Amino acid sequence: MKHRTFLWFILPTLSAMILFIALPIVSVFIQSLHVGHEQVIVVSESCGPFGCTPTTSIDLEATAKLQEEQPLGKFNGLATYTNRSHLAFQELAEAWRTTQTFGEFWDQVFNLPFYRALIFTLTYTAVVTPMVIVLGLAIAVGVNNLPKFLKGPSIFISLLPFLVTPLVGSLILYWMVDADGVIGATLQRIFDDPSLSLKASTALTWVMLIVYGVWHMLPFSFITFYAGLQTVPEDTMEAAQIDGASKWQSLIHVIVPHLAPLMSFVTLMMLMDNFRVFEPIVSFSAEAHATSLSWIIFNDLRESGNPLYGSAGATSILTVIGVVILLTPVLIRTWRDFNRKSH
Amino acid sequence: MFLRKIAATTAFMGLMGSAAFAAGCGPEGQSIRILASDFPAIHAVVGTAQANCGTAAAEFKPNHTTEARQIMNAALTPNPAEYTSVIVANSTLTQLMNDGLVRPLNDLVEKYGEHIKPSQLITIDGQVMAIAFMANSQHLFARKDVLEKVGVSAVPATYEEVLTAAEKIRAAGIMDYPVTMNMKMGWNIGEMFNMVYLGHGGDLFKPGSAEPNVNNEQGIATLNMLKSLMEYANPDILTYASNETQGAWEAGEASLGIMWGSRGNPILDDEGSTKEITSNTVLAAAPTVAGGSIPSATLWWDGITIAANVSDEEAEATFAALVSALNPEMVAAHNDDAVWLLDGFKPGPAAAGVAATAQGGAKPYPMIPYIGIMHGALGAELSDFLKGSESAEQALADVEAAYVTAAKEAGFLK
Repeated sequence: MKHRTFLWFILPTLSAMILFIALPIVSVFIQSLHVGHEQVIVVSESCGPFGCTPTTSIDLEATAKLQEEQPLGKFNGLATYTNRSHLAFQELAEAWRTTQTFGEFWDQVFNLPFYRALIFTLTYTAVVTPMVIVLGLAIAVGVNNLPKFLKGPSIFISLLPFLVTPLVGSLILYWMVDADGVIGATLQRIFDDPSLSLKASTALTWVMLIVYGVWHMLPFSFITFYAGLQTVPEDTMEAAQIDGASKWQSLIHVIVPHLAPLMSFVTLMMLMDNFRVFEPIVSFSAEAHATSLSWIIFNDLRESGNPLYGSAGATSILTVIGVVILLTPVLIRTWRDFNRKSH
Repeated sequence: MFLRKIAATTAFMGLMGSAAFAAGCGPEGQSIRILASDFPAIHAVVGTAQANCGTAAAEFKPNHTTEARQIMNAALTPNPAEYTSVIVANSTLTQLMNDGLVRPLNDLVEKYGEHIKPSQLITIDGQVMAIAFMANSQHLFARKDVLEKVGVSAVPATYEEVLTAAEKIRAAGIMDYPVTMNMKMGWNIGEMFNMVYLGHGGDLFKPGSAEPNVNNEQGIATLNMLKSLMEYANPDILTYASNETQGAWEAGEASLGIMWGSRGNPILDDEGSTKEITSNTVLAAAPTVAGGSIPSATLWWDGITIAANVSDEEAEATFAALVSALNPEMVAAHNDDAVWLLDGFKPGPAAAGVAATAQGGAKPYPMIPYIGIMHGALGAELSDFLKGSESAEQALADVEAAYVTAAKEAGFLK
């Protein structure tokens, strides 16, 4: 293809990508470099049904003037990224200086909102991703070996968790693990402990969120691997059988290598999705025990009444950087495979 | 719900026919667009306004949504604004005023407000910014049958008595978790702290400044009290908000509750619970704490505001319509839906708690521009202490640090 033709060919895709992917990220980044204007506060008196109290309010005219001069807000450089709500360099240095043991230092780090969220997010990603891939493959192989008339119904049932909206799915599970719910009450009976509560302990909350994550994402890897299994060449399988390979051996040495590109794909998608874990935390009301990077963004935009756009922007950009770091090994591997094949 | 609305509307049509209202609806043919929360009292006011003045207006569009607080600033910012009025509460008025999105109402009050009482006017430096019509507050709910069984004859008036009663109930084996309260992490936990902290006589900010002031003796005492209460509450209490606490109460799982006054009627009505529970539920003032003299609560009001970015005619028509609803007939038809600040209100059992709390001198929820940030910081940082994974001092230091970080970003602190 001539360069010119190629350019015209790629132009629609490229412009759509710039418009819908690149520009929003750039805009979020620019926003994250700014903070709100200084608010001009005046002391006043407020009265209502419960009497008068001295109070403060914002001098709107003076504040509006500042706003007009700098519509984006006050330029703050990277200071939002390094403040206590994000990377907290100062607090980390302070903690390092004042603590004696690594455990104490770790406690202080875990006390900072960003790192606490990061630790849960990474744990969730690191546990859910491999479990979903291994279990997804197992289910796909299982379903593939079922008699024909059972295949349709079992595929449908295996897909169900994915059909339920994440928020709704996690709410349903949340009610089931309640002390009065079917799972919660059963667990209490099994362990003979009426005060056992999955929602009251940090460790159990994490387990619950991870189990939900696996349950919800499993169909995606299952259906991808199931589709891949349909393309395993029968010749190779037969050859393996003739060579005396057991079922297990042909699974490990024939099917898995054949599905390797699909595994990279599923891993990529899983890493990206799991790193953005959000819905289960909200619907499980798990904020007291587990927060994630996406939850911090949500909280910054929602909780205080005045949305903290700078903070939310900074966390978004840090999330993007986190995803890029996680994906790098997988991308490098894919790139190598691609190069090997094309030579 | 729908049937009830229809019934209410027809009732008001009837009233109009009887010429009870020669209500001035202001300029005719205007567009009236109202954003409001979604609970029965607000439906009553907006519905009555629509019945009174809906025909005089070119359009009358109410939007009742639980997400009102989240969308109102964005909706009122453009000119013309998406809504001509937002029904607000203490905290949400501050949120609108921070961006200058509501207009002073002095001239409109003069023109249409002959039956508005001075105490209903929310004024800031002499400018009327809102017209309050109902009050709300969290306070004590108690089961008198359970208390009597363990020999407690009077409803507890202090948090210390609440703890003693809770211990007796547990010791008697009646309930494992006699206490319930809204402790869900986030806004609810922050509000519980505010209430007990104000009961201790604490101030959230250093006087006259935006500097935080919670890491002190009162703050620590407040957290310790909350933790003691939690010992008697369901282990899942950090996930409990109003719906869960109401559920626990109606299921007879708790006998001492700190809940919203607006839940009084839904609890006392004949739906969702048994006669034994509803007939023995008493609504009392919020308890005092640590020998303090005022109930540990924050008082809330709900009221009418008018958007700044709409034409004067639309503003006038909207104001006239909403104010026309604030009359004794509306109150009579919806007496138990709220603690009305209006003439004709007969406080029933469902209003007793809020009334007693207000009479006891509880403080209003602070209307300060940066209160939302403080409330958010409290909501995010207190759970570590309550779970038992850090000290009270550390939790309060975290609150102050989180507040300072956010307040700097919002421009309230340098």
